[in-house]
Amino acid sequence: MAQMLTPQEAAEAMFNMVKEATGLRKLKPMDLTKNLLEAYGDRVDKQICKEAIKELVDSGRCVYTYFGGTYLELPHREGAAND
Amino acid sequence: MADEFPKTPLLDELEKGAWPSFVSEIKMAAKRNAASRDLLGLLERSYREKIGHWKHGGIVGVLGYGGGVIGRYCDVPEEFPNVSHFHTIRVNQPSGWYYSTSALRKICDIWERHGSGLTNMHGSTGDIILLGTRTDELEPTFSELTEVGFDLGGSGSDVRTPSCCLGKSRCEWACYDTMALTYDLTKSFQDELHRPAFPYKFKFKMSGCPNDCVASVARADISIIGTWRDDIRIDHDAVMEYAEKGLDIQKHVVNFCPGKCMEWTGKKLTIDNSTCRHCMHCLNLMPKALRPGKDQGAVVLIGSKAPIIEGALLSSVLIPFWNPQPPYSDLKDLVGRIWDLWCEEGKNRERIGEFIQRVGMGNFLEMIGVEPIAEMVAHPRENPYVFYEEYLVEDDGEEEEGQN
Repeated sequence: MAQMLTPQEAAEAMFNMVKEATGLRKLKPMDLTKNLLEAYGDRVDKQICKEAIKELVDSGRCVYTYFGGTYLELPHREGAAND
Repeated sequence: MADEFPKTPLLDELEKGAWPSFVSEIKMAAKRNAASRDLLGLLERSYREKIGHWKHGGIVGVLGYGGGVIGRYCDVPEEFPNVSHFHTIRVNQPSGWYYSTSALRKICDIWERHGSGLTNMHGSTGDIILLGTRTDELEPTFSELTEVGFDLGGSGSDVRTPSCCLGKSRCEWACYDTMALTYDLTKSFQDELHRPAFPYKFKFKMSGCPNDCVASVARADISIIGTWRDDIRIDHDAVMEYAEKGLDIQKHVVNFCPGKCMEWTGKKLTIDNSTCRHCMHCLNLMPKALRPGKDQGAVVLIGSKAPIIEGALLSSVLIPFWNPQPPYSDLKDLVGRIWDLWCEEGKNRERIGEFIQRVGMGNFLEMIGVEPIAEMVAHPRENPYVFYEEYLVEDDGEEEEGQN
């Protein structure tokens, strides 16, 4: 049986996906889960993806953003913000 | 602007009349609070120009949570610096909206320290709404709220704060314990509430009886509405008492029955319970005389929403009669299957009701593993989901055999 990804490894893979998509398209948490499942097959499951997202957000490496729907993005200063 | 009390001739019009005015409330807060003074000025300007001056903030929040804070910035911060940031915080309300005065004082004290002091009790989501604070005040506010036992509610593409009527705590009509179910679902779905992972929002609303005081049938993705499946209990002496005191039972009760299931002889009221639609009209008019039956439970419905992306939808029956018993595992399993399917197949910003419309109720039921039955109706006595596939296959076979 294939070695399962740890939540930390899954988080790293997700972080790279978010990083690569920055400026091109916004990714929803479910997009990341689907992408990871597609990329790693049976080495990852939805629970690991859930924990990976928690890891990313709790560590502050990614933030939830809301623009009509909820997305995961790299932390940045938003255009609408007033100093 | 903040030190002066702004002149607000247009807003002043909204203080006239016998009803409460939000303008009066903001003015009261403005005596102590610069943000409220600027808010008055900004609002007056918006009324004068007929233009809103708020910008949406999509990033603000507290660490680890994807919901609970709705970002707002003013687009004329130089003129109104105290509402330059004016974020809203949603706080998860207690089931049934019960508070001690002490709890309310704590919330208000926290909000006066960290925000504008303005609240909306409650928002249409059911949450306590704390209106107007700065980004750097979000974490301290959250920290103090959790210290006194409150948590943030839902926002964005997550489970929104479940809400319910006060149920059995005060209402004689309640057919199940709405508050217990709401509390349980809130605790069970903490992750889904705080970490948005869905195509769009998902709401649970619990009503204890078909009066549906939280309007769950019109705005919840899962509506759980109390009902009964035996006969309405009748106290005939109390019915006569209503008649003697002047209630025209024929005109106001019987004639308004949508199921036409009641008969009034002038001395006795009879109900054909097999055609009762559980609309609550007769029970509401004669609460001393009529009561719901004793075999009580709930109807679970799915798919309603208010019009945002597409038009409004009312819920459709998913489980005609459910016996809500802790730990409610059957409901949670079903909801889990619905979420799995919706997350897999749902489009961005597509509510579950819209998803069902797109794929068809028949396919949806098959995909979540629920057998279609005649009681799954969109409206009483209409649109049973009848599936012909099995009969068609059999018929085709017979035809082929006949042809051969």
